Amino acid sequence: MTAAWPDRAPLLQLRGISKAFDAVQALADVDLDLRAGEAHALVGENGAGKSTLVKILAGALEPDTGEILLDGEPLALRGPADALAAGIAVIYQEPTLFPDLSVAENIFMGRQPLGRLRRIDKARMREQARRLFDRLGHHLDPDRPARGLSIADQQLVEIAKALSFDARVLIMDEPTAALSGVEVERLFAVVRALREQGAAIVFISHRFDEVFALCDRITVMRDGRRVSSDATADVTVDEVVRRMVGREVSAMFPKTATTPGEVALEVEGLTREGVFSDVSFRVRRGEIVALAGLVGAGRSEVVRAIFGIDRYDAGTVRVAGKPLPKGKPAAAMAAGVALVPEDRRQQGLVMELSVEHNTAITRRWQLARAGLLRRRDERAWAQEWTRRLQVKVGRLSDPVSTLSGGNQQKVVLAKWLSTSPTLLIVDEPTRGIDVRTKADVHRLLSDLAAQGIAVLMVSSELPEVLGMADRVLVMHEGRLTADIPRAEADEETVVRAATGQGAAA
Amino acid sequence: MTTVDRVANGESAALRLLRARELGIVLALALLFGVTAAANPRFLSGQSLRDLLLGATILTVLAIGQTLVIVTRNVDLSVGSILGLTAFATGKLFLAAPDTPILVAIAVGAALGAVCGVVNGGLVAAARVPALVVTLGTLYIYRGIDHWWAAGQQINAVDMPRAFLRLGTATVAGVPVLALVAVAVVVVAGWCLSAYRSGRELYAIGSDPDAARLSGIPVGRRVFLAFVANGALAGLAGVLHAARFGTLDATVGTGLELQVIAAAVVGGVAIFGGSGSVYGAAVGALLLTTIGTSLAVLRVNPFWQRALVGLLILAAIGLDRVLAVRIDRRLRGSGPHGA
Amino acid sequence: MARDTTVPASPAVAATAAPQRRQWLAGSALGGWDLTVVVAVVLTAALAAWLVEGFARGSNIGFLLLDMVAIALVALPMTLIIVTGEIDLSVASILGLTSTVMGQLWLAGWPLELILPLCVVLGAVLGAVNGVFVTVFGLPSLAVTIGTLALYRGLAFVVLGSRAVADFPIGWTTGITAPIPGTPIPWVMIPLTLLALVFGVVLHATPVGRSLYVMGANAEAARFAGIAVERTKLWLFVTSGAVSSLAGLFWTLRYASARADNASGLELSVIAAVLLGGVSIFGGRGTLPGVVAAVLLLGTIRNALQLANVSAEALTVVTGLLLIVSVVAPNLVAMAKRRLKRSTAPPSAPPDRA
Repeated sequence: MTAAWPDRAPLLQLRGISKAFDAVQALADVDLDLRAGEAHALVGENGAGKSTLVKILAGALEPDTGEILLDGEPLALRGPADALAAGIAVIYQEPTLFPDLSVAENIFMGRQPLGRLRRIDKARMREQARRLFDRLGHHLDPDRPARGLSIADQQLVEIAKALSFDARVLIMDEPTAALSGVEVERLFAVVRALREQGAAIVFISHRFDEVFALCDRITVMRDGRRVSSDATADVTVDEVVRRMVGREVSAMFPKTATTPGEVALEVEGLTREGVFSDVSFRVRRGEIVALAGLVGAGRSEVVRAIFGIDRYDAGTVRVAGKPLPKGKPAAAMAAGVALVPEDRRQQGLVMELSVEHNTAITRRWQLARAGLLRRRDERAWAQEWTRRLQVKVGRLSDPVSTLSGGNQQKVVLAKWLSTSPTLLIVDEPTRGIDVRTKADVHRLLSDLAAQGIAVLMVSSELPEVLGMADRVLVMHEGRLTADIPRAEADEETVVRAATGQGAAA
Repeated sequence: MTTVDRVANGESAALRLLRARELGIVLALALLFGVTAAANPRFLSGQSLRDLLLGATILTVLAIGQTLVIVTRNVDLSVGSILGLTAFATGKLFLAAPDTPILVAIAVGAALGAVCGVVNGGLVAAARVPALVVTLGTLYIYRGIDHWWAAGQQINAVDMPRAFLRLGTATVAGVPVLALVAVAVVVVAGWCLSAYRSGRELYAIGSDPDAARLSGIPVGRRVFLAFVANGALAGLAGVLHAARFGTLDATVGTGLELQVIAAAVVGGVAIFGGSGSVYGAAVGALLLTTIGTSLAVLRVNPFWQRALVGLLILAAIGLDRVLAVRIDRRLRGSGPHGA
Repeated sequence: MARDTTVPASPAVAATAAPQRRQWLAGSALGGWDLTVVVAVVLTAALAAWLVEGFARGSNIGFLLLDMVAIALVALPMTLIIVTGEIDLSVASILGLTSTVMGQLWLAGWPLELILPLCVVLGAVLGAVNGVFVTVFGLPSLAVTIGTLALYRGLAFVVLGSRAVADFPIGWTTGITAPIPGTPIPWVMIPLTLLALVFGVVLHATPVGRSLYVMGANAEAARFAGIAVERTKLWLFVTSGAVSSLAGLFWTLRYASARADNASGLELSVIAAVLLGGVSIFGGRGTLPGVVAAVLLLGTIRNALQLANVSAEALTVVTGLLLIVSVVAPNLVAMAKRRLKRSTAPPSAPPDRA
């Protein structure tokens, strides 16, 4: 890890930045220094002010007070175009490329190099694209359409695009959330290459192992204020977490021991061409079984196939001994299965609809009397369940999009727990939510298991897997490679199984 | 290295599939010609081909304009009404001033069409109203204005200047002048869409409107201009219609909009924007026109024409879907493993 | 694939160019558009009664109502279809094809008692074709129904050519337009009102109705919630076809004429009424009472203008203007509100998520 260049003047400085939305102070008097040639981590719970800060840097918001200095000169950002012109680029978690256009066109859209008669010079565009990929150390074919590119490759295109703007400050928001291990390494290599070239990279992440592996300095934010900025060598994870939360977070994974009961889910030889093959496992009531593995191993596909959203080609699924017809989520629900999906905004919730409609939708037939459904009944139901899960909400009739990520996840959980399932499948239960709510969710899952519900949890976070699970199933490229009981599960065995190396337990 | 090979293979196959779509419709056209000519060789005679090209001209010009709009993930249902309005306006112009130079008449028609396009584009871009709704409304409004203006009148061919009407039948080296105009429109539009930034931006807007905005593309302005261009082209088509038919009343152009959209869709322009070319749309227009003639030549009940057009549309979108799925599968398979 | 951005797409973008859907929702949530339309109907009717000679006469009310039956009928399932985010442009062609089949079967000597139910079945089948293309083959309904619009209308011409069948039994053709004894109101208003009530109840007070809104707003989330999206949409298209056939039967008997070009262009009037009634073209929002009011509004205006000897074009222009106003007004109001509030945080980017 190359040390940052501490003797240079900071590349980008924020001084006394404040921003309020109505009554809420999102940022209060924030100072921040970004130096050239450093990877600077920005951590903090949801609500800490990170995204507001990023929006200000990206030119999308104007601060109420304070100033931004670039190379010591004050910088006025009146819009995203100004930020790009100043060399500040944001790589969002979900890359937004044009699927029908080529990679090169995506990079240069609106700024394609021109030839005679102001025509687009395709040859020069291709060449410039290649040169950008040279700088990154990884190549993609500039002429291929962007459609079908993996998230990792899409990110690469976005980074190339940022470079084409001569970006000197790159802000990456949760860039590794959807990447496999190999791709994370590749991204790190790219970041290091950019660092060598003198860029400042802001790295926002909830994954401390990555933060500590990659970044030179780490800034902690809490409740709109900057709490600390230190070299990563000078702090520990526990200290960082403590600063983020402001108190001791000892019980990260409140796991109570349970005795597993009868078999709730039995999966036998589940196969889907090209996605997963011969997956067999059991989940008992009262157990928390984690399904671990790298992104792309096929875990979400397996659970979706069990629930009936996706199809499968061979194999059987049995719930409480009875075979479950494939491809029918309604049948799965009737059998007592619930699936909290991976993507809560696109799959778990209808953002435009109200909290009460979202919560009650899974019980709409049961709440109906004589075939008619009354708002009153829906509301009462939603009230009960949002109370039980301690969802922080204004009015139940507000659109669910007004809630924070953590509370949205709680609504999804409420929606599914209200169906009184015997088998709860959760896919990435704590992705993208703040530490406090994370702990709430973990506690909830533990309690559910203690009550005798079978829990199947897909998770890409190793600490969560090791902390919560009674058994760890590991998938690698569509196959189940390990079934490790809690006592024998540790980082090494899980990672080995997840990367397909050697025998596990 | 094998990855690169795999990548290259996957992509060239995908690109081949993409081009297959455009080739497919040319093939269908060739097939239609073949079958019809086999039944009646006079189908391929000079006169017959000239009539065919003439017949396709107006639909082609409209289809090009519609492509510009559809590519941005919008639609313009008012083109039939715009054509009717400008055709009648051209007639009125010549009635009032028979010595008007033809180019001036064309300019006036296109300008009137452009004004209609400004209203459409303005509402869609500025007021952020869905194009389907806006152009449905303007379809009514422009048609209403046309009816009110015409007030039951009919302009007859005899009242129109000779020179202008001759434009409708004149040929250059055997090719009808009107057809040449259509070809010119196709070429210019095709060139602009592929070689110029603003053209590429239209595709970007249709491919992903939010990403387009984030990229700094002036989405509102581009969409606005697409509608204005479409209006102008519809205006031009109106003038051409007046030149070709001479007799004009308030019903001219009624119902054309769906034929135009059909031509574009059959020609490979994706209804949700982002892909397709004006060349495909032009071939689509030609195909639809040919069907009408072919049916007559093949002595098939001419009433089958509409039904056949409907079947073609269904076949075209079905085929597009199959192709899109295949392409997706190929491209995903050839990239590095992940996500 | 997670879309949980800690940093959502820049809010300047989100605020000013929010996915059009969001503005729509804010707009139509403003002060009950349905109420506005209902008030407009009442005002228009009152104005017409006052200004137009003969408007308030019983026989005229009867005509007004008869004129709007076909549009009202077709608008009922169309509302549900548009709420789910789809569209059916083939309704008028189904009406036309039904009309010609009816005429042809009549010519062939079949009894009307047999023809009528058969035609409704035909409509259901035609609707099912639409449904299969959309739900089984996964094709966009806009394109599919443009295709079937042409196909079915074409088939209508194939069945009957340019002829017209006009010799239906007098009993039927006068009976269909007969008023309820003692009132100027046509008896067909009773089944029509009942049907409207059924559709209204289904949409607003049943689990199925709730699932329609979810489907329209986010089809993927609907599937994940166990809603049978494809199957429901298929049935909606079947219903639309059957009801369009019903409208075709009514049309043919009322005008005592089966022709291939019957009701050409009606689909646009129906969609105009549905949109005017406050249903969002994107799906996920809208109410049936709003649509019924919009149908009445358009019918009243048309009738009043005809009576006042104003040209038919004026109605066309007015319909167009109303349509545009109905969608522009809520957007403009929302934009003005936002500018007044001067707030930079739309509800979609809550501060506590920052």
